[in-house]
Amino acid sequence: MKILVALKQVPDTETKVKVAADGKSLDPADVKWITSTYDEYALEEALRLKESKGAEVTVVSLGGDSVKDVLRNALALGADAAVLLKSDASDPLAVATALAAYAKDKGFDLIFAGNKGMGGDNASVGPMLAELLGIAQANVVVKFEVTDAGFRAEREIEGGTEVVEGALPAVITAQKGLNEPRYASLKGIMAAKKKTIEEVEATAPAGATAVIALVLPAARPEGRKLDGDAAAQAAALLNALKDEAKVF
Amino acid sequence: MFPAFTEDQLAIRDAARDFAVNEIEPGAMARDHAAEFPSDIIRQLGEMGFMGMTVPEAYGGAGVDYLSYILALEEIAKVDASVAVTMSVNNSVACAPILVFGTEAQKQKYLKPLASGEVLGGFMLTEPDAGSDAAALKCRATKVEGGWQLNGAKAWITNGGVGRYFVTMAVTHPELGKKGISAFVLDAERPGVHMAKPEEKMGLRSSKTVMVTLEDAFVADDDLLGGPGDGLKVALHGLDGGRIGIAAQAVGIAQRALNESIAYARTRHSFGKPIGEHQAIQTYLAEMEARVQASRLLVYKAAIMRNEGQPCTLEAATAKLFATESAVWVCDRAVQIFGGYGYSREYVVERLYRDVRVTTIYEGTSEIQRIVVARSLLK
Repeated sequence: MKILVALKQVPDTETKVKVAADGKSLDPADVKWITSTYDEYALEEALRLKESKGAEVTVVSLGGDSVKDVLRNALALGADAAVLLKSDASDPLAVATALAAYAKDKGFDLIFAGNKGMGGDNASVGPMLAELLGIAQANVVVKFEVTDAGFRAEREIEGGTEVVEGALPAVITAQKGLNEPRYASLKGIMAAKKKTIEEVEATAPAGATAVIALVLPAARPEGRKLDGDAAAQAAALLNALKDEAKVF
Repeated sequence: MFPAFTEDQLAIRDAARDFAVNEIEPGAMARDHAAEFPSDIIRQLGEMGFMGMTVPEAYGGAGVDYLSYILALEEIAKVDASVAVTMSVNNSVACAPILVFGTEAQKQKYLKPLASGEVLGGFMLTEPDAGSDAAALKCRATKVEGGWQLNGAKAWITNGGVGRYFVTMAVTHPELGKKGISAFVLDAERPGVHMAKPEEKMGLRSSKTVMVTLEDAFVADDDLLGGPGDGLKVALHGLDGGRIGIAAQAVGIAQRALNESIAYARTRHSFGKPIGEHQAIQTYLAEMEARVQASRLLVYKAAIMRNEGQPCTLEAATAKLFATESAVWVCDRAVQIFGGYGYSREYVVERLYRDVRVTTIYEGTSEIQRIVVARSLLK
């Protein structure tokens, strides 16, 4: 079996993000970059299939040189090969198109990805990739198995679980709960340093959408201290709730 | 900067830090309170390669260098010194002596499962009335058909009750004094090996330390480590590495105490300003930083020398003496900076203060380290 796992490098959720001077992108200073958590579930599922059924796992990511950290980490965890698609595309359709162009005709039986990229939260690349390749898809998957006929997946839907079956090849997007990702072994870390990351110029079209503004949530107003004795404070609080917050 | 770390060393340190912060730290306080051995964490550390770090891959280890091991140990000690000592004992005084003195068969049989984390190991030198004074050992090995029978008592055995293979010193030829001590690999599952209940310790409460009674415990001729009479050599070799490991553990604990103190000094207010703006606290923090930095350099220097195969008895003893005494002092100041909160079990510095105390005692007390250092200077 041949498996492709698409990985995205995203800012660590603990990073205090700042908007860059252009008003529409992140200021990269002081940002710690990590693999999107949902993509970690995707990779772990591929590695488990490799161990249980035998598979060759290739990881792919779009971006510049910094993305190599994500790919190197995936190699340390057990991926067999890594490909960097050099591109500065960030629009979901452009990314999906570039991934499809790479994956087409390579004979992948399964393509795993996170159900969304952490932070961007578009949840678009996986479904678009399946459509562009004209293959089956199952999204927001919390349980997955390869069957004789193809695959069986449990999807998280509003208020319940949906079970879908389909034929391979297919795109599967992972949700939290699918598995518990492993840590890299020291052996894996050492071995990953010796593997090469293939670099390919990506063929990404112009984006279908463009970010025009990025705005941080408004800062929370400072608290206000009510003065006076208990009765005066209660009266002031009542007024504030009624006239300012318009609670009633 | 000294030392300039290689990319590999940094990658291993980061991997250790990542696992420590995400997996070891969260339950550390609860395990301390319940004196619960972290079996699951030790198993995972084994799978990742942290239980036999410098052992070649062919014998189940990770095959990394000694400084990488020390860096990893320091990171783990920062979050849980009990996990660190369990790991240190397995690496430094169980795996290392078998790697250096073991036969090919011993390496296959004992080192592989120890280094891969399949089983835990330890080191049985200390007795109720003999520790660093190895010549006073009483545990006796008597020759029998096909092997030896061990009789005696061993004390303060880390990983006792949770470990399986122990590098064990016993007197084979009493008439030869120190030269009559031999080392064996003892399988704790053999009849006649009695592990007592874990000691009720002040600190390192989630690591296990026991008294062991040996009653006609059998070891085969093939389990003799090195030649007959090599026991002291095996023990001392293990101790050099053990001392650097404990010194690294002390640096980790001290760094954590310092980090906690800095964070507290920023947020705790007295007399209208953060206590970090009071000069008394500043002098403590500065002195703590100086001692931690100096300790770390001593530990890394000893580790590098050991890695290069140079004799490092003096450097290991110096590093252990200074790093552990400093760490005890640093943790004491951390409790002082925290005031009443530092005395509360709800704050991590309280645990650090208890955990660090044993570092000037085990793997040779500070008094013994001073003897080792002075002997090296005067010889």
